Formats: sequence, structure tokens, C-alpha cells
Amino acid sequence: MSDARIDMDTASDATLIGVARGGVGDYVSLLKPRVMSLVVFTALVALSLAPVPLHPVIAIAAILAIAIGAGAAGCLNMWYDADIDRVMSRTKVRPIPSGTVEPQEALTFGITLSVLSVAVLGLATNWLAAGLLAFTIFFYAVIYTMWLKRLTPQNIVIGGAAGAFPPVIAWAAATGTVTLEPIILFLIIFFWTPPHFWSLALVRSGDYQRAGVPMLPVVAGADETRRQIFLYSLILVPLGIAPAGLGFAGVFYLAVSVLLGAGFLWLAWKLYRGAGSTVGPVAKRLFGYSILYLFGLFAALLVERLVGLPALALPGISA
Amino acid sequence: MGEPGIVLTEEQKRRRRMRSIAIGLALAGLVVLLYLVTIVRMGPDIMERPL
Repeated sequence: MSDARIDMDTASDATLIGVARGGVGDYVSLLKPRVMSLVVFTALVALSLAPVPLHPVIAIAAILAIAIGAGAAGCLNMWYDADIDRVMSRTKVRPIPSGTVEPQEALTFGITLSVLSVAVLGLATNWLAAGLLAFTIFFYAVIYTMWLKRLTPQNIVIGGAAGAFPPVIAWAAATGTVTLEPIILFLIIFFWTPPHFWSLALVRSGDYQRAGVPMLPVVAGADETRRQIFLYSLILVPLGIAPAGLGFAGVFYLAVSVLLGAGFLWLAWKLYRGAGSTVGPVAKRLFGYSILYLFGLFAALLVERLVGLPALALPGISA
Repeated sequence: MGEPGIVLTEEQKRRRRMRSIAIGLALAGLVVLLYLVTIVRMGPDIMERPL
């Protein structure tokens, strides 16, 4: 090999800066596909509930734009958090810390997708929905990632709003407005986020401590986190039942939300009052159950709408 | 002396080709999506606009 030529297999990392090496899968994983799937699902349910039906092409464009926007926010999050991802066992295999994608590439990728997703949603539906999507990306990438995450143990409480916005955006895309129904869906995800993430943080608190992220278990300890999880669960479960109480869900949803809510409260109580030795296993169970819980609630809403089950008719409240 | 510059391995060339294909497909998809959205939003009167 000539001195002037650099073999990519033997060159040092410094030599490779600016050279794209990642495969397509690395760029897809920058978009946090698992988070995207939740975003797509909750947005899809909100679209199905909206009183104004969207043309299928517009609905697909809206869901795609919301999903790509969420992915772009995740990409910007990975760009900014590469330093702490490097020291956490859960995240050190991500494309930037593992060296397959350059930070600059991820930043460019994230900004490009953000602009494209907002533009497509605005052109396909309306600019209220596009504005909400732009705000959500900004909120997640700047307010949560750059500001709150490293500053306060309330990071995921406030930052959780970003994950709660997709149903509101989808509703706005269909109707051009924001009413009580999407706000209730927003609140369900908003109050679901702390118990969900704190359950994970209880198990992974060592990781967060090493990375210097002030998650609640690191700052306030496991006991206080267990108490907070239980308190948030007490708010979450009634909110989960609220769609039936407010007349935009039916008996089937009521039954599902009560049953799943009872399970959530039972696990949260077990975590709160259980012996210290049981914290890890119960927190893991609650983390897994919380995913099932949120999926179950939204799936029940979708099933009711697809099957055509009527919403509960309550005096003084119209669906 | 050979040509200066970075020499990619076969694997890196394959990855670059796959990235290029993915970008091409994404752009083509965007064009199709915007075309369909335009047709749906403007309807059959799309060609009947005042000059």
C-alpha cells in the first residue's frame, strides 16, 4: 500500500472521522424503532377515534410523518447523549458510541428528517399538526435531552410529555383542532411514563449513576422511587379508565382498563411495600407490565372502533 | 505511487452501496407520497386551475 493511501481496516479512529461506515440498519436504529412503534400505534388509535375520517393516503402520510418525526427526535437524542451512552451497558452498543456512525452524520440525519417530517405533515394535513410535531421534536431533543435529563430527577416526568404528544398530533391532523379526547390520551401516556421508566431505572440505577444522570433512584434512593411509582400509578389508573367515563369508549374498554389497571396497581403496591430483596424482580415485572398496560388500553380503543362497539352513553356527556 | 485517498474494503463498499440504495428508495418514496397527497388533496380539479 502506498503511504498516501489509507486502508480503512487498519486506519486509526482519528483518520476515519468524517467517513461514513455504518450500514442501513445502523441508521434505522438511530431512529429508536421500538419507541417509533409505540408512537405509530398511539397515533393510529387517535386517528381511528377522531370524528373526521382521513383519506387513507393522507392517514398513511400523517402516520409516516409522525413516526419519522419521532425517529428524528430519537436520533438527535442519541447524537447529544453519545457521551453518556458510552458508559451505560444498555446503550453502549448504539451506533454512535460503538463507532459505526459519526456524531456529525447523526446530527445531520436527525435535522434533515425533522424538517422533512414536519413539512410532509403540514402539506398533507394542516399546520397545527405540523407545529405540534415540530414542538414535540424540539421538546424531546432540546428541553428533555439537552436540558432536563442531566439537571433534575424530574427529567422523565416533564420529558415524558414528548412521548405523549403523538395522539394529540394525529387528532389535530384529522380534525384541525385539539379537544378533550386527545388530551385524555396525552395524560394517560404522560402519567404512564414515570412508573414505566422509574421501574427500569430501579434496575439500572448503577448505569445512570456511572453516567451522572440524576434519575430518581440515584438522587432520592430506591425507597422514594418505589413510593413515587405507586403515587403516579394512583393517578394513572383512573386516567386509564377515563375514556369510558367521559363517553368516548365503551363497555369493552371499561372492562379492559379496570382489569389492567388493577394489575398495575397491584404490582406498584407490591413494589412499594415489598421487601428490599424483591425490588429488582418486581421492578422488572412492572416495567414489562407497563408496556402491556399501555398497549392494552390503546388496543382496546382500536378494537372498539374497528368492531363498531358503541361508547358508553352518559347523561350530559356526548361522545 | 498509487492514487492518494482512502481505500474502502469490500464490506465498506457494500455498506456504501446499501446506503445509497436506501437513500434512493426513500427519496423515490417521498416523491410518490407527495404526488399522491397532492392528487388526494386537490382532487380531480387539479388541472383546471385559472391560468
